[in-house]
Amino acid sequence: MKPSAFDYISVDTFAEAASVLGEYGDSARVIAGGQSLMAMMNMRLTQPAVLVDIAGIKDGKSIEIRDGSLHIGAGVTQAHLGTWPQLSQTCPLLALAIPHIGHIQTRSRGTVCGSLCHADPSSELPLVLATLQGEVRLLSTRGERTLSADDFQIGMLVTRKQSDEVLVEARFPVAKPGQRYGFEEVSRRHGDFAIVSLACMVDGDTISLGVGGVADRPTVKRWRGLVKSDLDAVLNEFAWELGGYEDIHATARYRRELVRRLGRKLVMETAQWTA
Amino acid sequence: MDRLNKDNLHKIEFILNGKEEVGYAEPRMLLTDFLRHEIGATGTHVGCEHGVCGACTLLVDSQPVRSCLMLAVQIRGKTVQTIEGLANPDGSFGRLQEAFHQNFALQCGYCTPGMLMTLKALEESGVEITEESVRNALSGNICRCTGYTEIVRAALAAFGKDSKAAAKV
Repeated sequence: MKPSAFDYISVDTFAEAASVLGEYGDSARVIAGGQSLMAMMNMRLTQPAVLVDIAGIKDGKSIEIRDGSLHIGAGVTQAHLGTWPQLSQTCPLLALAIPHIGHIQTRSRGTVCGSLCHADPSSELPLVLATLQGEVRLLSTRGERTLSADDFQIGMLVTRKQSDEVLVEARFPVAKPGQRYGFEEVSRRHGDFAIVSLACMVDGDTISLGVGGVADRPTVKRWRGLVKSDLDAVLNEFAWELGGYEDIHATARYRRELVRRLGRKLVMETAQWTA
Repeated sequence: MDRLNKDNLHKIEFILNGKEEVGYAEPRMLLTDFLRHEIGATGTHVGCEHGVCGACTLLVDSQPVRSCLMLAVQIRGKTVQTIEGLANPDGSFGRLQEAFHQNFALQCGYCTPGMLMTLKALEESGVEITEESVRNALSGNICRCTGYTEIVRAALAAFGKDSKAAAKV
């Protein structure tokens, strides 16, 4: 339960991080908060030869509202964002989701962008990014590119980030007046990995429902003009589309049932429909 | 840019419980092992070593962290608070420790340093102390003996939030 040996490089800028990653590629890993990576290194599931620490990059600590999006730097911790006073007006879905991420002792180091890079299908931040159709900005010595959540998140613990790229910031669209949000999660104990997590956004007559923990990545459905009498049918269809997997915590069938039942509860509440 | 070679020992200067400390560590050394084996501060306990049990919780720059998920080289220039800093200067129990003692909040005691440091962090965070906020904070610490009731009672007593339990302190 100790990591294998590695060279430790702490960088001061994202350009330095990109140049180190350009040199070492696959044998290097980026560490920001390390709340997933360190556990994997302790268990020797990953054994990087070089660890690139980006936590000291000053530019990475900023939370900014610009061009209709909330820009969150790669060094911003979940605790920092969760206690940012403007969060519940700017991005209510993030404010609802953050208390479900791990515990205060992991949110104090774990970063928003690190969680997106780790891409656990049951984790909250990738689900929020997918539901809100956010973006990430990646940097390498080859240049810079911006990917949408759908392009970035491609599978269980897999993203389109190349080994020479560093994620510089995540962008979450700022909430517009009239939009309503809801978040629900089922886990064995508070702070455990979610068995199923659900994020909902209601915008006029469009309802978006994102589901984490059932498929190999967060998956979002958007329905326009959905009426209450069709809700059970569309949720059932969605649950079967997601399929679900079985593990020690729950069967695939249980996961699908949570999509139907908890999905119904969440959509009803968020859309303010009465039973 | 600062590069530390994997085979060398590197100087780690930091503040531990208000005192300057210096030690040496390879990059791969976990903060828990560094404190226990290099500095000799064995009050921080090691449980699961993958960030789940909370036994190794301590404060880095006043934030509660899992010291098994942090490297010794990452605390250079930082301030670390551990269980060793919770007692009064004369060596008697601090307020949180005394409340745990009075309320039977430990049995084997293995999880206790982590519990106490989480509560210390809760106190410093300025969050309103209620049973809910205490339970929420302690959800990141596993105890296999007590069933948590006494721990929550002790915490509320220490913070002066439970008159019945507080009377015992």
